Amino acid sequence: MTRLAIGGGIEIIFFILAGVALVSGVLVVFQRHPLRSALWLIVNFFAVAGLYLLAHAEFIAAIQIIVYAGAIMVLFLFVIMLLNLRLPETVGKLPHIGQKILGIALAGFTALILIYGFSLAKLAPAKEGGPVGLGNTESIAKSLFTDYLLPFEVTSVLLLVAIVGAVVLAKTRLK
Amino acid sequence: MVVPLSYYLALSVALFALGVIGVLVRRNILVILMCIEMMLNAVNLAFIGFADHFKAVDGQVFVFFVMTVAAAEVAVGLALIVAIFRTRATVYVDDLNILKW
Repeated sequence: MTRLAIGGGIEIIFFILAGVALVSGVLVVFQRHPLRSALWLIVNFFAVAGLYLLAHAEFIAAIQIIVYAGAIMVLFLFVIMLLNLRLPETVGKLPHIGQKILGIALAGFTALILIYGFSLAKLAPAKEGGPVGLGNTESIAKSLFTDYLLPFEVTSVLLLVAIVGAVVLAKTRLK
Repeated sequence: MVVPLSYYLALSVALFALGVIGVLVRRNILVILMCIEMMLNAVNLAFIGFADHFKAVDGQVFVFFVMTVAAAEVAVGLALIVAIFRTRATVYVDDLNILKW
């Protein structure tokens, strides 16, 4: 594996991808027009897919791009264009400055709680050895069809319910 | 493991907090839904980091399930948004106050 040999370069790639993910995430939150938010979210998803690759999760990186950046974001863009929102958020629709400060403070508080919780956790040291079979499609499929067979089947029912729900919601007129 | 687990967790916390900011600050229901997607992605990143740390494939299987549920959630959520827009002609959560109080 060549990628294990170039250890120092991996961290640099991690920081580049993390920077792209954070900057595009900030832009998702603070763009006025939802269309631009959606486009920056695609950039965010691609950066996160790259991070999955660095963590030896090749299959997950592929379906991150296909399902998230492909299917889900196309759905978002379709709906944004379908609704034909002519104006970006105008003055009356913007949050008050107090609401903004409170929201950012609450998010910071959430982050502090999460960091505190992670710092309390006593993790076992990382397992030695290469990623034997980790992340390749075969090992995930083996796990899905043996240990996680029931959740896998329940997921298919969930998708069916979502399809029926979406069709019903789109066809009926709410009063 | 080349990249330490703590880096993944730190980035995951940062992305999650960004999503929380978006949900709390923005008024457009579409952007709120996108920020929820970003929070789900942050959690997935933590799962992947742990899976790499422990060399176990279970974390990646969980990410697979989270993605499936996210896809179902987006389909139903966007259908709801379209239905709301057809009756109320708005996508701003301040105008959707019929369940308030």
